[in-house]
Amino acid sequence: METRARDLGVGLFLLVGAAAIAFLSVSIGGSTYRGPGGLELAVTFDQIGGLKPRAPVVVGGVKIGQVRSITLDADLRARVLLDVDQKLSLPKDTSATILTAGILGDQYIELTPGGEELLLGQGDEIEFKQDAFILERMIGRLIQNLDSPETENSE
Amino acid sequence: MDRPLGEGGADVAVEALRFRRGARRIFDGLSCRFPAGRISVVLGGSGSGKSTLLRLIASLERPESGAIRVDGELDLARATADTLRDYRRSVGMMFQGGALLNSSTVFENVALPLREHTGQTEPEIRETVHRIFEAVDLEDVDDLLPGQLSGGMTKRAALARALVRRPRLLLCDEPFSGLDPATVRRVEELLRAVNRRFAVTMILTSHHVESTLRLADHVVVLVDGRAIEGASEEIRACAEPQVREFFADVAEASP
Amino acid sequence: MSAPLDGVARLGARTLRFVEETGEMARFAVQVGAALLRRPVRLRRCLDELYDVGVLSLAIIGVSGLAVGMVLGLQGYNTLVRFGAEESLGTVVGLSLIRELGPVLSALLVTGRAASAAAAEIASMVVTEQLDGLRMMSVDPVHYVVAPKVVAFVVSMPLLSALFSVLGLLGGYLVGVMFLGVDGGGYVSSLEGSIDVFEDVVPSLVKSLVFGVLVALIATFRGFHAAPHSAGVAAATTSTVVVASVTTLIVDYFLTALMGV
Repeated sequence: METRARDLGVGLFLLVGAAAIAFLSVSIGGSTYRGPGGLELAVTFDQIGGLKPRAPVVVGGVKIGQVRSITLDADLRARVLLDVDQKLSLPKDTSATILTAGILGDQYIELTPGGEELLLGQGDEIEFKQDAFILERMIGRLIQNLDSPETENSE
Repeated sequence: MDRPLGEGGADVAVEALRFRRGARRIFDGLSCRFPAGRISVVLGGSGSGKSTLLRLIASLERPESGAIRVDGELDLARATADTLRDYRRSVGMMFQGGALLNSSTVFENVALPLREHTGQTEPEIRETVHRIFEAVDLEDVDDLLPGQLSGGMTKRAALARALVRRPRLLLCDEPFSGLDPATVRRVEELLRAVNRRFAVTMILTSHHVESTLRLADHVVVLVDGRAIEGASEEIRACAEPQVREFFADVAEASP
Repeated sequence: MSAPLDGVARLGARTLRFVEETGEMARFAVQVGAALLRRPVRLRRCLDELYDVGVLSLAIIGVSGLAVGMVLGLQGYNTLVRFGAEESLGTVVGLSLIRELGPVLSALLVTGRAASAAAAEIASMVVTEQLDGLRMMSVDPVHYVVAPKVVAFVVSMPLLSALFSVLGLLGGYLVGVMFLGVDGGGYVSSLEGSIDVFEDVVPSLVKSLVFGVLVALIATFRGFHAAPHSAGVAAATTSTVVVASVTTLIVDYFLTALMGV
């Protein structure tokens, strides 16, 4: 009957549409990182640049967590809380660096594990860090350096 | 044998009705009667308010003031929504264009009131609908869409839907409009047969003066927002100038 | 001169009419909401409407999604290649589609196709007294005609938006990877890396749900309250497309701001 063909069409539409939503959510949106890691770590930076919450936290190029929050602490420095896969064993002398993906890309945190035997636990502070690289500052310093040798010579 | 539900046709009395649409005053103290079990016809020129009167009796509109009394007790002008819902259960309305749902088959259209409001099973519904089809002389229309029906068949399908719940009051808005003379005659006979068989009060509006005077037990002529009523012969012989004028205009207009 | 004063007076009248209409629409929306919660559930009607709104829009959504994705692929490549960043094409195409173009463009397309049809259908039911016929049978026209249409729009919109986005991603892949030589793996991985379920996909679905509700209400309201003659049907149809489209775009701004880009 005509109605049956229509109902079949509706059913197919619903299935295909739901599949599209699932594809976007799981396959593209989900990627390798599944849910919160469980291990919370903290690190304080002087300069975070363009780092944003939910930015990836990476070890050796592999995403193992994300930035949970960024706040200013009492000394007006940036306190960044990380949420990281709890199955990892990160030594206490792990260092955190803010890097940029590509030249103009988003900023993320790369953790480089150290050699100590003691491991970072829940809520621990990462002692070693390197601030974000601000392109504008670098250019500014470059311009200053280009100017100052001349002024020195002229004196 | 079709035995009508209830005690036979409803009696409708209109008292001092006032109604306005936008800036135009349509009725200014209209009063008339529609006797129980009889065929009454409302005549009048275009814009005289025939359809409006029918809609008011159908409770699709509410008057400004005045009363519409059904069976001497229920006043439609003051009824609550629940009361009106009960009232409409015993009213069938045949709209001018049929007003059947375009995307449903004729069977589905006529079965709708049964499906919505009675607890009848599918086989019972099928039987009731086919019995009504037989009463209005329709056959093999079950799976047709309203768009596929001829003018006469549309009217009969609309009539079937209006009658399917055995109403005590049947309202027909221009039942003869858009039909050729032969079909008009058939519809006329059909309406008369329905009136006899179902003992239902019928109120029709019409332009077709000759058909309606033949058919009507009671005639109401609307002129200037007033009603002049009486039996067919009385009206035809009526000396009132406006009624005479109305008949003269109609005679001029028809070929 | 009275002409400029006339214009001002007319503007005032227009504004009052707009406020009035918004109030009427809000009341209508409450009626529809109440009808949705009332039995009987008209599953058959909902399925029929789902066919008219959803299935019949698949063709236009599919073709447009693919086309838009291809354009994004082309334009995105042209811009990114200047910075040597063409590997990020997946990111550009994906973010544009999923966050904005998917929900908004599919809403506009559905408005033009299905909403105008719905408004026209309801308006012509007003003209031919079909709604009065329902009332005489003690069937609520809002419950029988309007509510199933609203359900159909609300269900269809997110599905169509997702299909639009998926086909757009495919279009971007076709142009970028197959025609312009972007690395296929790069396209996919930059895409996966930049799209997050909670930040991008969920807001996108929320947007299309909201658009579905708004477009449905606008179309059914204007159809329901159309003037009872053929000019009224035309007016209901065209005003639906205009109002629904503009409303979609304006609400899109607020939703985008609200959900924090």
